[in-house]
Amino acid sequence: MSKSREALIDPLFNNNPIALQVLGICSALAVTTQMDTALVMSAAVVFVLLFSNLFVSLLRNQIPTNIRIIVQLTIIASLVIVVDQVLKAYLFEISKQLSVFVGLIITNCIIMGRAEAYAMQNPPRMSMIDGIGNGLGYAVILAGTAVIRELFGSGSLMGVQVLALAGEGGWYTPNGLMVLSPGAFFIIGFFIWAIRVWKPAQVEQE
Amino acid sequence: MQGSVGYNLAFAAAVCLVCAVVVSSAAVALADRQQRNAALDRQRNVLLAAGFAGDGESLEAEAVAARSAPITPVVLTLSTGGAAAVDPAGFDQRAASIDPARSTAAPDNAAGIVRLPNQALVYEVRDEAGRLDFVVLPVEGLGLWGTLYGFVALEGDLRTIRGLTFYEHKETPGLGGEVDNPRWKARWPGRLAFDDDLNPAIAVVKGPAGAVDEAPHAIDGLSGATITGRGVTNLVRFWLGPDGFGPYLARLREEEGAD
Repeated sequence: MSKSREALIDPLFNNNPIALQVLGICSALAVTTQMDTALVMSAAVVFVLLFSNLFVSLLRNQIPTNIRIIVQLTIIASLVIVVDQVLKAYLFEISKQLSVFVGLIITNCIIMGRAEAYAMQNPPRMSMIDGIGNGLGYAVILAGTAVIRELFGSGSLMGVQVLALAGEGGWYTPNGLMVLSPGAFFIIGFFIWAIRVWKPAQVEQE
Repeated sequence: MQGSVGYNLAFAAAVCLVCAVVVSSAAVALADRQQRNAALDRQRNVLLAAGFAGDGESLEAEAVAARSAPITPVVLTLSTGGAAAVDPAGFDQRAASIDPARSTAAPDNAAGIVRLPNQALVYEVRDEAGRLDFVVLPVEGLGLWGTLYGFVALEGDLRTIRGLTFYEHKETPGLGGEVDNPRWKARWPGRLAFDDDLNPAIAVVKGPAGAVDEAPHAIDGLSGATITGRGVTNLVRFWLGPDGFGPYLARLREEEGAD
């Protein structure tokens, strides 16, 4: 496998930022009650990761080491504000549902983590690919969690009613746990379990 | 040279400058669209409080305009409750409340309101004979983390609540943020905002409030959101009280009673 292909594919399952590194959990719990918010959030994170890795990598030889974290944070924060402004202008309702969580991308450890651990050491092209890969790794878990939560919690997918709800004369009684944050904890826990059964190398040694 | 204090300062300044330019150009370029979205969202919430739109219904600009047709916006002089000679179309109550020339310091209140606008924008719906069908009043006040902005609609008897909605707040998602929850908002219609002496009496209580005829002035509390609930009680009471829309409601009662 070529190096760039590996940088793109590896974070999906082998080194997933949520499932293996257990980063970015806060937003993964908060925005996954519905597919549309989860997908918009994922797109926002991919965008921020891609460009923060690109800019940090372009500047990696110029950034003074003793102020590097704050420089990374400034770049990330600026990108997040731009994303937030764009969402407010073009996807107003979804941005209202995402509320504070778009702004909280700034504190998402995945983004700082990739800037510090990867983009500071690698050239711009590879850093961009790494950013997209990690963003997609985040997106895979979010989308998977959101499918389960929206289907069993609200009986719908992407807002389209799939299961007829008992409250509206159908047969399906929605599972309230799925709508609440603890539901996401269980689902993400099951994902982590499934991935570790599939790839035993990820299991921590006692 | 790299590593020196001067270099660090210059580098930091350059990064800040570039980022500031990017952020501010994005904000300026998108401001028009954002303001249009916010205005549309506000009007959509007037419809929600009025019961002219369902929760979760996604309405475009034309649909919002069409459904707003029976609603007449009216600018009031807050202290007297009389109509003011101001065009409602260009009137921004929130801008007026922070403009020292168009607002006054609010009397001590529990709703955390610091300044009151001299004029306020309300929405009236009347039948063909000109009798009041219902009114929609803007309300705002302090919750836990910040100010909640919303609308309360009162039926034509000016006692019964027709609807309540918040279009902007900073409460914790899942706790205080549940003021957005359609199931909670559905607890409001039919409850009485005023007691028999016409004092604002509505209150968000702890736990379930019971049936309308047993507890006409109580609304179910929100779990884990005591302070938000208290804030909602205070802000609704404030705006329905003598320092808020009291004079206006008194005028309407007189007019409606006179017919």
